[in-house]
Amino acid sequence: MSQTADPYGAQAHARAMGGTRVAAMPTVPAAAADAPGPAIWEETIAPGGYASRRIGRGARLRLVDLEGDACTSLLLFNAEQPAERLNVADTLKVQWNGYLGAGKVLLSDMGRAMASILVDGAGTHDAFCGPSNQASNERRYGEGANHTACPNARDRLMLGVAKHGLSSKDVHPSITLFKGVKIGPDGTILPEVGPFSPGREVVLRAEMDLIVVLANCPHVLDPRPDWAVTALRATVWRGEIAPPDDPVRNATPEALRAFLNTEDYFSR
Amino acid sequence: MPDPHLAGLPGAILHDEVVPARAPWLHRVHKGETLRVVDLEGNQAVDFLMYSAADDAERYSAQDTVAAQGNIFLRTGAVLLSNEGRAMMRIAGTNVDYHDTIGGACSCESNTLRYGHFTKSQHACVENFLTANARAARGKRDMVSNINFFMNVPVEADGALGIVDGISAPGLTVDLLAEMDVDVVVSNCPQVNNPCNGFNPTPVRMIVAGPGPDAA
Repeated sequence: MSQTADPYGAQAHARAMGGTRVAAMPTVPAAAADAPGPAIWEETIAPGGYASRRIGRGARLRLVDLEGDACTSLLLFNAEQPAERLNVADTLKVQWNGYLGAGKVLLSDMGRAMASILVDGAGTHDAFCGPSNQASNERRYGEGANHTACPNARDRLMLGVAKHGLSSKDVHPSITLFKGVKIGPDGTILPEVGPFSPGREVVLRAEMDLIVVLANCPHVLDPRPDWAVTALRATVWRGEIAPPDDPVRNATPEALRAFLNTEDYFSR
Repeated sequence: MPDPHLAGLPGAILHDEVVPARAPWLHRVHKGETLRVVDLEGNQAVDFLMYSAADDAERYSAQDTVAAQGNIFLRTGAVLLSNEGRAMMRIAGTNVDYHDTIGGACSCESNTLRYGHFTKSQHACVENFLTANARAARGKRDMVSNINFFMNVPVEADGALGIVDGISAPGLTVDLLAEMDVDVVVSNCPQVNNPCNGFNPTPVRMIVAGPGPDAA
């Protein structure tokens, strides 16, 4: 007789799996020996995986490209009122630069600082191309739906926002971390997709309570014929909000006004 | 004397309207029709979004468009893609070198960052987009990165990027051939703090031409 032929056997079978560790999984309760503070989220996101999480103002989010081939599509929402979200065009235009890196601020569509890039050990990011979608994955890999071996970033983001009551309309223009592009003089987009050295990391500071949505799928312009991406580690710990003399807050007059708008929003 | 703004348009003139300076505009363009946007007085940014008429969760995607063509500038032949990677419109022709789709739309809120809080009460494109989209029951969640026809946003080698003096001129046009039925939403940009409108918002003309509803 099968071990799972009755509820008692099925229960024993299920419970025997408890405690299993695999490469890509959350650690619950969160623990990260290498975090500067007590971890409140620790998860390794699989190649092709996604995650979404609410984090508080001041929290630090560290993302690590564990093996050198992670590709992180990122959406940000104001957790209190998710109609406020990352605005990629404003982020570039307001800061007069198209390339993301340490010291840059991620801006909402309400003129507020949402997150700051405190540490950038990668230097290859992309605010132009956005996520892959089912059509682009099907063209390159022959398939691209969520249930296939080659999921696309856009549909992963859709699932991530859905877990917070949002829908495909909320998958706003995204930024991509760890895989980059440069813009040539005639407007040509020049991908920089590696693979890179393992262990590159980016640390963000939440400037408001955020819903963070991450997808880890190959860059839409990755020229390799095979769907290739490696695991992404996410760690969050609590931290102080930006003090008045914070270097990112004071980096530019535009950033300062973005922080002033965020601080004004929290005047309550 | 024939109207030079109508030269070369295919089929019958189905719609012809001057959008006043600073105004919003909403119009459905059917598959096979051509929308011509005329920069009447020169260097007038026309902020442009579109939604699939069949399902407006499918909408213009600047990111998909530039990724697919491998270039950030919109030139003749550019295929304007949706967030599902489908062709919504195609730039059938333009006598401006290129158009922008990186710079996004001005808003009251972003103006406070870019210029100072004294600009908060000025007109802005997001206000126009929200106003026009409200007529079609769309709202803030439906705002995404847009096209800026007749606007010039170069990117320098170090990533420096900004709205600079325009490369359009009075009477220059862009022709958009619809590849599906789309709701076009426009803000005739009211910005007065940067050169996107030559610091002087002016009217634009919107002409739709095509085979018409009776075509087989």
